[in-house]
Amino acid sequence: MSATTAPAVPAPAAVVSLSPAHLAWLRFRRRPAAVVALVVVAVFIIVAAFAPWIAPFDPIKTSWTLIRKAPSWEHWMGTDENGRDVLSRIIFGARASMSAGVISVTIAAGIGVPIGLLAGFAGGWADTIIGRAVDAMLACPFLILAIALAAFLGPSLQNAMIAIGVTAAPVFVRISRGATLDAATNEYVEAARALGNPAWRVAFRHILPNIVPPVMVQITLAVAGAIIAEASLSFLGLGQQPPAPSWGSMLNSAQRFLTQAPWLAVFPGAAIFLAVLSFNLVGDGLRDALDPRAK
Amino acid sequence: MKGHLGTRILQVIPTLLLVSVYVFCLQQLMPGDPALVLAGEERDPQVLAQIRAELWLDRPLPIQYFHWIGNVLTGDLGFSWRIRQPVIQLIAQKLPVTLQLGSMAFLIALSIGVPMGILSAVKKNSFWDYLANGIGLAGLSTPNFWLGIMLILLISVHLGWLPPSGYVPLSEDWRQSLATTIMPAFVLGNALSAVLMRHTRSAMLTALEQDYVRTARAKGLLEWTVVLRHALRNALVPVVTLGALELGTLFSGAVLTEQVFSVPGFGKLIVDAVFNRDYPVVQGVVLVTATVYVSLNLLADVLYVLINPRLRNA
Repeated sequence: MSATTAPAVPAPAAVVSLSPAHLAWLRFRRRPAAVVALVVVAVFIIVAAFAPWIAPFDPIKTSWTLIRKAPSWEHWMGTDENGRDVLSRIIFGARASMSAGVISVTIAAGIGVPIGLLAGFAGGWADTIIGRAVDAMLACPFLILAIALAAFLGPSLQNAMIAIGVTAAPVFVRISRGATLDAATNEYVEAARALGNPAWRVAFRHILPNIVPPVMVQITLAVAGAIIAEASLSFLGLGQQPPAPSWGSMLNSAQRFLTQAPWLAVFPGAAIFLAVLSFNLVGDGLRDALDPRAK
Repeated sequence: MKGHLGTRILQVIPTLLLVSVYVFCLQQLMPGDPALVLAGEERDPQVLAQIRAELWLDRPLPIQYFHWIGNVLTGDLGFSWRIRQPVIQLIAQKLPVTLQLGSMAFLIALSIGVPMGILSAVKKNSFWDYLANGIGLAGLSTPNFWLGIMLILLISVHLGWLPPSGYVPLSEDWRQSLATTIMPAFVLGNALSAVLMRHTRSAMLTALEQDYVRTARAKGLLEWTVVLRHALRNALVPVVTLGALELGTLFSGAVLTEQVFSVPGFGKLIVDAVFNRDYPVVQGVVLVTATVYVSLNLLADVLYVLINPRLRNA
């Protein structure tokens, strides 16, 4: 009697349940430009954080024998009108740009998201008042309002960051309000309300996590905007004050030496362009990854 | 339609009132006493008290606001502390320069952004689509003051084709006026052309999927006739209105562009006022900019209703 063996039944394919974050990461990875941009962003952050160890020279030390020297092996990006190494100033300038990007967007999101959450969740008169206040702020063009705020607060990097943060906040209010209204119609939110959860708990435990994706996208795009805004304010003399380096203020002084030392204008501008382009690409990639319908 | 427009116009009033509150509050952020700034070296308490009384600085804040807004409503934006001229007069002198620059920038943006958007949509997912998107993203990421400096370096310093700075009014010599404004206008229109490109691409992609386009193709019309006469005419409705919404952002760009090219416009006025601590001018410029911006938004809404037959007949 031959032993009969049961036919081999293929094991059911393991049901892989991926978290939304993992799925978003897989979608993000499908965009090579966004991945490269993410690496560039990481490089900028590392350069900004470790500037004292990376920069080949002191960014504020002047040298009368090295005034406006063209790029060479010793000074890869040349020297400026005071004999300072341009590469070292760009490396330290990344600190001003990245911190302006991060801090001002933190201020903007810190003000805008709770207010947007309140407007969307509370509705009624609170929503109307907040909506009107936001409309009025958005009625002033971003840079003009930032210039006016920075002017009244006084020129400094810190005040420029506050001005950019406050001016950028209304966009966060709009986005988080819209996302809150959208999330509030979900069944789990209604269930949480029906179970008798207090309003603050429903807002923070059930709605807030669901408005994170659009807010994340806006944060990335707003960092790009904040970097340009900081460079613009510093270019106008309202941001980082000399001799501390900033890409915008470097471009301002480069204007006076365009014919004799064009490299002074080329490199800081290229740094702003590359940083902003990278944040924009990461933002676009994140939007497609977190909300594929919006593509 | 009339009801919709009426509601929209009424909504503008509280917005502008709130803008006036913000602009008034800006002055309160100013460190120190404005009377001291005005008095300069003078420290005589009697003179300072007189300045405070003249500016109503010795009254409670709400009273100061109502006095200020009352003047604003009669067209009095105050006096420049430095130039000693009415702010409204200064703005009236500078605004036409920026409006000329802005109009040229808008035309340049339309003539670059719309064709690029059409090409990108028609050749979707092709090399041309990626190229147009790449150029658009680069346009959005380029700080306009850097683009201006690079153009001066290339076109004025190396090639010597155009003057690097300055401004000649259109009424004086139109050729010279164009020569001095074409570069700043291109710089100002750069980011807007990228925005218009994205809007056009999106609107064209939607239009190209519509039944009337399929019908036009089925009739055997040439592809370019289908694209330009059938799809584009419908796609332009949202593009024009969204484009009008972006006009206000040209004011922001003008601040930096006018600074780079030394164009004596509205943007340069605010920057000079900031450095001269001429706060009434800063306030006046912000208020007028916001009013123009709100009016443009309203115009965009009205335009959208007027050119959209479904809303027009509603």
